[in-house]
Amino acid sequence: MKLLNAIDKHILQTVAGMHDMPQGAYNIRKNGEGIIRNSTANIEIIPKTDKPGIDVIVKPGARGESVHIPVILTAEGLEDMVYNSFDIGAGADVLIVAGCGIHNPGDKNSRHDGIHNFIVRKGARMRYVEKHYGEGDSHGKKILNPKTVVEIEEDGYAEMELVQISGVDDTKRDTEARLYKNAHLLVTERMLTDGDQYAESKIIVELLGRDSSARIISRSVGRDNSRQIFYPVAVGMNRCRAHVQCDAIIMHQAQIRSIPEIAANHADAQLVHEAAIGKIAGEQLTKLMTMGLSESEAEETILRGFLK
Amino acid sequence: MLEIKNLSLTLEGDKGPVEILKDINLVLEDHMFYVFTGPNGGGKSSLAKVIMGIYQATTGSIVLDGVDITELGVTERARLGIGYAFQQPPRFKGLTVGELLQLAAGKGKQVKEYNLLLDVGLCPQDYIDREVDFSLSGGELKRIEIASLLARKLKLAIYDEPEAGIDLWSFSRLTETFQKINEKFDTTMILISHQERILSIADEIILIADGRIVEKGKRANIWPLIMEEVSCINCDECTEGTDEVAECYR
Repeated sequence: MKLLNAIDKHILQTVAGMHDMPQGAYNIRKNGEGIIRNSTANIEIIPKTDKPGIDVIVKPGARGESVHIPVILTAEGLEDMVYNSFDIGAGADVLIVAGCGIHNPGDKNSRHDGIHNFIVRKGARMRYVEKHYGEGDSHGKKILNPKTVVEIEEDGYAEMELVQISGVDDTKRDTEARLYKNAHLLVTERMLTDGDQYAESKIIVELLGRDSSARIISRSVGRDNSRQIFYPVAVGMNRCRAHVQCDAIIMHQAQIRSIPEIAANHADAQLVHEAAIGKIAGEQLTKLMTMGLSESEAEETILRGFLK
Repeated sequence: MLEIKNLSLTLEGDKGPVEILKDINLVLEDHMFYVFTGPNGGGKSSLAKVIMGIYQATTGSIVLDGVDITELGVTERARLGIGYAFQQPPRFKGLTVGELLQLAAGKGKQVKEYNLLLDVGLCPQDYIDREVDFSLSGGELKRIEIASLLARKLKLAIYDEPEAGIDLWSFSRLTETFQKINEKFDTTMILISHQERILSIADEIILIADGRIVEKGKRANIWPLIMEEVSCINCDECTEGTDEVAECYR
């Protein structure tokens, strides 16, 4: 990979599972500019002309293709703002792998704010995977504030996997989704915070169309002095189903707030929410220790499974 | 061989200290199949947990193959070859049955998950990738718990009421499995059980009541004692109990 050094490659592997240039369409953004780009016959990536970012256009009916659009920040003090738009054509079936890794070598804050807009057209299916990761031993904070807006048209399906692996000091996630007739959405959020990190996640799903459905699953682990706030909301505007599930493991002096909300504006809306925060159960640790794991290995195993 | 000498256990209860086990002296030989039986609250599970190291003995000592393990923690005892299948096993979100069995067998060790699951009456294809979470029934979880012990080469394996929650069909398969392991390996086996059927395959029965070992001996000698001395006084009127259920003989 030209233009990419060892740190870049490590980040790409961590946030996008990329060992080499991926098959299909891709766009790699480094320190505020697109450095490598590839379109395919069915997926076109066009830089925006009025602001930083790209338009990703997937042709109707394109199936089994993927788009990788990772972002790397390796310069300290950089504030990167990017607008990406995705148009998933009717009947298409694609995988989009996003993700941002910050390697902050200095004492100034590095920040990436990604604003993503998706339209999943009639009958299309999209799987979106976004991983956020920070590293660097100095004092400069690694900040990521993603905003994601998804529209799912009739019979469309979107699956969104939002993962914050580690090392992100400060994050405010904002996710909005609007579902039309018979559209389905699955959001799974996985988050781990430690040290003095702060994470806030708001997800609002509006179920506008008849027979639309949504599941929001959030699993998080708060360690050390970190703080987390979750605010998932499902609003039923029609005959629809939604399930909101927030599950958190709290450790050390962490603080976690979980505020799931369901709002029904239609008599046939079936909405459920559940939320739980708790320590690792002592029995779980003991069980794994009776199999020969040390206490810290047992803890690690439980957390890894929980956040999988 | 496991030797327990002058062992007692006192735990802190809501109303102060409670003496759970009193002056336990016990020698368990290799390759032998023991059943701990006796009334609920008598101390069977507590004794098992003291052997595993989940509870630390208040007084006395535990010696495994000549090594004093009294002061060792759960992990060290597990690494020396002691295993304990929980009466009510915990669940793990995100951990699959296959992964749990691999953890039990040890990192990098080959594990025959398929055979293990068949031995406990579960179809491997259906279960290997299932998560060990609330999607599993109590009975399924118990069988996986048993498989997690079968996955290990143990010197001493303790099963705490393995029959609880397991249907009769699988139960007969399970007793066969226990017998098979007992024939094949040198593992000392302890089953905590009330089931006449399990008592019938034991080499020795150890009757524990009120924190003490009341009797220890061959099944033929102990079973009549259980019937005579500890049988339920309402046995004739009771519709739930049968001659097969040892719990009725308390």
